[in-house]
Amino acid sequence: MVAVATDFETVIGLEVHCQLVTKSKMFCGCSADYSGAEPNTHVCPVCLGMPGVLPVINEQAIAFIVKTGLALNCEISPFSKFDRKNYPYPDLMKGYQISQYDLPVCHDGWLDIEVDGATRRIGITRVHMEEDTARLLHRTDPVTGEGYSLLDVNRSGTPLMEIVSEPDMRTPAEAREYLVRLRQILRYIGVSEANMEDGNFRCDANISLRPRGITAFGSKVEVKNMNSFRAVHDALVFEQKRQAAILDAGGSIPQQTRGWVDERGETVSQRSKESAHDYRYFPEPDLPSLRFAPEYVAEQRALLPELPDARRRRFASLGLSEAEAATLTESRDRADYFEDVSRALALDPQRSAKLAANWVLGEVGRWSNTTGKELAAFPVTAEALAGLIRMVEDGKVTSAVGKEVFEEMVASGRAAQEIVESGGMGQISGSDELRDVVRKVIAANDKAVDDYRAGKEAAVKFLTGQAMRETRGRANPQVIQDLLKQELG
Amino acid sequence: MALTPEDVLHIAKLARIALTEAEVERLADQLSGILDHFSALSAVDTRSVEPTAHPLPLFNVMRADEVASSLPRAEILKNAPEQEDGFFRVRAVLE
Repeated sequence: MVAVATDFETVIGLEVHCQLVTKSKMFCGCSADYSGAEPNTHVCPVCLGMPGVLPVINEQAIAFIVKTGLALNCEISPFSKFDRKNYPYPDLMKGYQISQYDLPVCHDGWLDIEVDGATRRIGITRVHMEEDTARLLHRTDPVTGEGYSLLDVNRSGTPLMEIVSEPDMRTPAEAREYLVRLRQILRYIGVSEANMEDGNFRCDANISLRPRGITAFGSKVEVKNMNSFRAVHDALVFEQKRQAAILDAGGSIPQQTRGWVDERGETVSQRSKESAHDYRYFPEPDLPSLRFAPEYVAEQRALLPELPDARRRRFASLGLSEAEAATLTESRDRADYFEDVSRALALDPQRSAKLAANWVLGEVGRWSNTTGKELAAFPVTAEALAGLIRMVEDGKVTSAVGKEVFEEMVASGRAAQEIVESGGMGQISGSDELRDVVRKVIAANDKAVDDYRAGKEAAVKFLTGQAMRETRGRANPQVIQDLLKQELG
Repeated sequence: MALTPEDVLHIAKLARIALTEAEVERLADQLSGILDHFSALSAVDTRSVEPTAHPLPLFNVMRADEVASSLPRAEILKNAPEQEDGFFRVRAVLE
């Protein structure tokens, strides 16, 4: 008898660690911006864990985590505290990490994701505050061949926020979408750069399988060491297959931690349940507790910008397609720029939105793709771009010329009006000026002229195109067509 | 409450302390005695008492997000048994 593979359902939950964009560290005044800094230059007795020092909570970090909780539809705990998580490792200067155990700042929220057109609500278990660890570099002694580690304490004590999801995702694609949406929100509300490649947005995944229809969870595997959204996706696909093969062969999945090895495209066992850490959490005696009054929470809520989902729906309501609205709202910068251009156009809202979307997604998007730069670096102001769009709309320049003017605006930073006036790019609508061009085109294209006279209307399009080329796109195509028809009688 | 030798060895491992067999036995006894002593607290009815997170009635003690100066690196590394290129150097740690 041939064994039939069981139909398994995958259960995935994600833990995301995210660095906050505060100026100083979580519990001391050292600069939290250590990128590019010499090792051990952003260090003081507090983040070095010297005896007798006292940590003090960074109020900006707390405001950021409350905003994050609100953006993720969480409850903000009226009462919260810090705890010590004890474990011995050289990247922990104190021998413990200040974290939160049973009373996180935020809990019980959700985030909607959309995969293959279906919306799914992913629960957020909790969002808590902790401190980042020091950075370890692993080396080998060239003489003895022994391994050793170098320690840079700059990162130690920088604010780290942990966002834990419910085990609500069912496919690797959903997990990736969750991360995309989460990153988008964190960037929108301005609490984190949320860049996985730079290490300020890190993801661990818990994954288990169960026969479809069974409600009890299978034993879970925690996967670490994934440095991109693609790596998360690929590691989860690998685990799905690995676990299904073991279960189908009658085996069981031991609860363990596995690491993703990107080069080999596989996960390897790192730690079994038996050797799991015993963290011995207890309340942090050096930090008084936190209380969040409803007024404070309301204040933070008022500071939230319009979130991506709401903004996308609003853009779509202006007559833009779902795809246009989604692309425009991918980043807050792009959505802001689009709205600025639209506002500066000051036409009826739908018309403004359509024109602004065309240019922001078209020419501006192309600029972004060619230069590899983010919109924040785009040199043309929204008002200036609106100026150009208006000139094209008013027929002062053709759309072909408009694109040339756009290039020139990007290169020189000059205004559209000025470029057109000085560069001879204005649209030519005068019959007198264009009649010579039309005659020249007729003289040079016997075949098309014969076709037209033989009744092929389409030949006019070709001849118009030739005339446009002759004027480098400046001619008013309607005038050209009229003149052609006149001349060809 | 009686602690087993395994409990004592686990605690010793967490504290990075090496114990002889005789010490394990002696400490199992002594630590059990300490736990028994504390178990007297269980007699108190705390059902109507809020759990204490911190002994001081202080809340929201925070600082503004302002950068203060760090220590010079020479100071930071001063007590390090080993250093290399501005880093602390430590033995490789394998989990």
